[in-house]
Amino acid sequence: MALDRSDVEKIAHLARIGLNDADIPRTTEALNSILGLIDQMQAVDTTGIEPLAHPLEASQRLRADVVTESNHREAYQSIAPAVENGLYLVPKVIE
Amino acid sequence: MQWEVVIGLEIHSQLATQSKIFSGSATTFGAEPNTQASLVDLGMPGVLPVLNQEAVRMAVMFGLAVDAEIVQHNVFARKNYFYPDLPKGYQISQMELPIVGKGHLDITLEDGTVKRVGITRAHLEEDAGKSLHEDFSGATGIDLNRAGTPLLEIVSEPDMRSAKEAVAYVKAMHALVRYLGICDGNMAEGSLRCDCNVSIRPVGQAEFGTRCEIKNVNSFRFIEKAINSEVQRQIELIEDGGKVIQQTRLYDPNKDETRAMRSKEEANDYRYFPDPDLLPVVIEDSFIEDVRATLPELPPQKRERFQSQFGLSAYDASVLASSREQADYFEKVVSISGDAKLAANWVMVELGSLLNKQALDIDQSPVSAEQLGGMLQRIKDNTISGKIAKVVLEAMANGEGTADDVIEKRGLKQVTDSGAIEKVLDEVLAANAEQVEQYRAADEAKRGKMFGFFVGQAMKASKGKANPQQVNELLKSKLEG
Amino acid sequence: MHQLTLAEIARGLADKKFSSEELTKTLLARIAQLDPQLNSFITLTEDLALEQAKAADARRANGETGALLGAPIGHKDLFCTLGVRTSCGSKMLDNFKAPYDATVVAKLASAGAVTLGKTNMDEFAMGSANESSYYGAVKNPWNLEHVPGGSSGGSAAAVAARLLPAATGTDTGGSIRQPAALTNLTGLKPTYGRVSRWGMIAYASSLDQGGPLARTAEDCAILLQGMAGFDPQDSTSIDEPVPDFSANLNGSLQGLRIGVPQEFFSEGLDSRIAELVHNSIKELEKLGAVIKPISLPNMQHAIPAYYVIAPAEASSNLSRFDGVRFGHRCENPKDLTDLYQRSRAEGFGPEVQRRILVGAYALSAGYYDAYYLQAQKIRRLIKNDFMAAFNEVDIILGPTTPNPAWKIGAKNSDPVSAYLEDVYTITANLAGLPGLSMPAGFVDGLPVGVQLLAPYFQEGRLLNVAHQYQLNTDWHTRSPAGF
Repeated sequence: MALDRSDVEKIAHLARIGLNDADIPRTTEALNSILGLIDQMQAVDTTGIEPLAHPLEASQRLRADVVTESNHREAYQSIAPAVENGLYLVPKVIE
Repeated sequence: MQWEVVIGLEIHSQLATQSKIFSGSATTFGAEPNTQASLVDLGMPGVLPVLNQEAVRMAVMFGLAVDAEIVQHNVFARKNYFYPDLPKGYQISQMELPIVGKGHLDITLEDGTVKRVGITRAHLEEDAGKSLHEDFSGATGIDLNRAGTPLLEIVSEPDMRSAKEAVAYVKAMHALVRYLGICDGNMAEGSLRCDCNVSIRPVGQAEFGTRCEIKNVNSFRFIEKAINSEVQRQIELIEDGGKVIQQTRLYDPNKDETRAMRSKEEANDYRYFPDPDLLPVVIEDSFIEDVRATLPELPPQKRERFQSQFGLSAYDASVLASSREQADYFEKVVSISGDAKLAANWVMVELGSLLNKQALDIDQSPVSAEQLGGMLQRIKDNTISGKIAKVVLEAMANGEGTADDVIEKRGLKQVTDSGAIEKVLDEVLAANAEQVEQYRAADEAKRGKMFGFFVGQAMKASKGKANPQQVNELLKSKLEG
Repeated sequence: MHQLTLAEIARGLADKKFSSEELTKTLLARIAQLDPQLNSFITLTEDLALEQAKAADARRANGETGALLGAPIGHKDLFCTLGVRTSCGSKMLDNFKAPYDATVVAKLASAGAVTLGKTNMDEFAMGSANESSYYGAVKNPWNLEHVPGGSSGGSAAAVAARLLPAATGTDTGGSIRQPAALTNLTGLKPTYGRVSRWGMIAYASSLDQGGPLARTAEDCAILLQGMAGFDPQDSTSIDEPVPDFSANLNGSLQGLRIGVPQEFFSEGLDSRIAELVHNSIKELEKLGAVIKPISLPNMQHAIPAYYVIAPAEASSNLSRFDGVRFGHRCENPKDLTDLYQRSRAEGFGPEVQRRILVGAYALSAGYYDAYYLQAQKIRRLIKNDFMAAFNEVDIILGPTTPNPAWKIGAKNSDPVSAYLEDVYTITANLAGLPGLSMPAGFVDGLPVGVQLLAPYFQEGRLLNVAHQYQLNTDWHTRSPAGF
């Protein structure tokens, strides 16, 4: 199925990517072309086939409950765009 | 119109692990902001999660305690949404295959009846960080110390029918996780948080009404108030011809009302899918059996044992078993004093009111179980009377040592020498000759009350130390003799 | 000196013919002179390199040995390198100095490898031409008007142009093997889980795998030895013993059963490439291999399935780039939504944005089953095809790409046309199998690769076959004119 402008705007909002109005038609066209490729998949009969999430189908290893990390706030925040008093700053959030 | 209230609860219980669910950071509460936020917790590019074994063990333990199915092939999924306290833009949670399946918890209501509340599921997930809304030059500050703390989200069936039932359920769940030692239950610090799903429907209607979710209610009292105010809001809304809209709301305790959350206004599409950085968690039978072997005695079994072993009433047993600390304290007092009923009475009534006055929990009690048990021994061997014991308890609470220390230091030992008691009685009778005459003239019915007067005078004269039983006997024979 | 392979460098260093410092200086000078034509590096780490080279020389002087001790290499710019910009080819991470080392980086550094720089790549490894990099397209040293392939195009171009003897890459849908094929190199994508992904900035977590690009199979064995191994920090890392890859290169190919899938020679394959592949088959037959025609019936569904799974995982993996803790942040955001939307729109290029959008769509309510789940089912069908095939044969052989390197810009107008170039490589990622591409000749002066696939954990077998082939052919020894 083909996406229209409002679909693309909705998806872009979900993904928090601000599209310019002018770019939307081009993006819509590109996405539809990709979806056209993907949709070939719908013809495949997969009745009774279990989905495969990981190639090797191993199981999760568990870690011992031990504290191994120490404080590196200064180093980690040296690459942050905006910090104050050890906190990362974002525009005011209203709950 | 008669309305029926329908409540389902989601309890987020922080698991009492040393390290986070997917990283080796400490989970200690109250550290300086972002000092317990590792590369993984910060969602740095290239980092990967590794699951904490202890979180899995605790979840399994919980599952066994609520009689639930343990899902032996469970899967972590990503819940995708953008929020500043969610560093990766997704929360690692469990969706289709949670670790704990259907179970149940029995709760005791105020009238003593037991109600079974269904547990839909419980799943492991990571906690988010905290947004601090104090003014940072007009910005919000983000602390990610809490990000990655293991949570067990316990989802109930919509089985509760009043705010009181909801509170009883949360209290029972609170006691359970503390019994199991999987959560410290500190609601003020957010270790146990509750989302309440509330709806109403006309009595007799089968289908549910539209529900609202009140997020993050963090005390028993607020749970009750938040639900009641939300119920009231929904009733007024519907009776005024309006409609309840499904939404997420916050409870404001200052105004005692709920309001819609701005940040949750848009319908979310979380795009869950299995987290490709984590593999399915496979729980072997042997692991489950190992955990089962470590399960402590839980509140219902403990209640029953207290009744059968100690002959306590159902009410006393349930109060004493309501927390693991209280039950342990009580049992220690019993073992020292050798008298369960006396112990139950003192732990619940006298110690209870002492703790209440100082707003202390039993594990913060200034009087240890050893001290209280020792004091009860002195009541039993007639060293002190019950009345004097209250003085001794106060003194022990003030740090004056053991019961024996207090009795010795303050000279509270009971007088049992009948000669000494008789001497006191003779003085009392002599000083109240008029009352003695009246007593002797009175009929049997009036004498009872008058007798109390002489006992009071006698106890006063002996500074409370005369053995009350001997005072009674000797006084009777003197007055009637 | 720049013509030396890793194996030759190891011998030269051991024989004290030159020092690592000399070699490093020579290559740094060569990079400074020639890379402006290619644009294969994003960041050069001269100071780090000289320091590591001197340290390696000192270790050798102390009697230490090791095939990588003092060997110069480059890292694809998605391996986090402590204190060094790790950009992923994106404006989003232009200012990102990684606060830690990837496991691959740390392992190779402790083995004594010398990092000359971080190589160019398609933005967030999304591409087959290295044209989507924020730092500009990389040119193919065999023809500067053509692409080097991608996404590990910088690593490929640098090694092909003899600026480096070897480099690391990553392969999510062919991003090691395809550029290796297009630049006349040997490139290996290991079994999923063989090389740690810790510190390797994720594109599609269940498909991504790091591996070596070099001029010979022998060198791939050396570099892979330094990269591979179980890592407790990566839950998908496999705790399997790592064999001595170099020790296994010389096994005989007598009786080796090579499966040739008919689907690899269908419509879309350049007939001249088909011919070169058949020549390589004849060569291997001469060495004792037995050829068997096989079928991988679900191969045609691999591209659609891949272009659901990879974007879906990417859309989630790339959500952490939000302008809060690191990376690009837009100027003066007016509110939180603006911060997210503008930082991400400015920081990500068009191809990355497209894949994020496709992925978000494929996972969104109402479409999950039709897209994501269906793709995962197809993934199992593809794996089943391979499992059946490997009951019959030891190795699968076919072309690496349907076409030689195309002209820069030729596929820009239609992203889907570039996607189709991954047709032969993608299946190995979906199934998690090891795959290798090796030089097999030229078409119009542009290199052509042959791809070998093996069962899980049999990287050694792939390297063995490629090495034997390279002992009897000389395609891999050809170097591009001007380099």
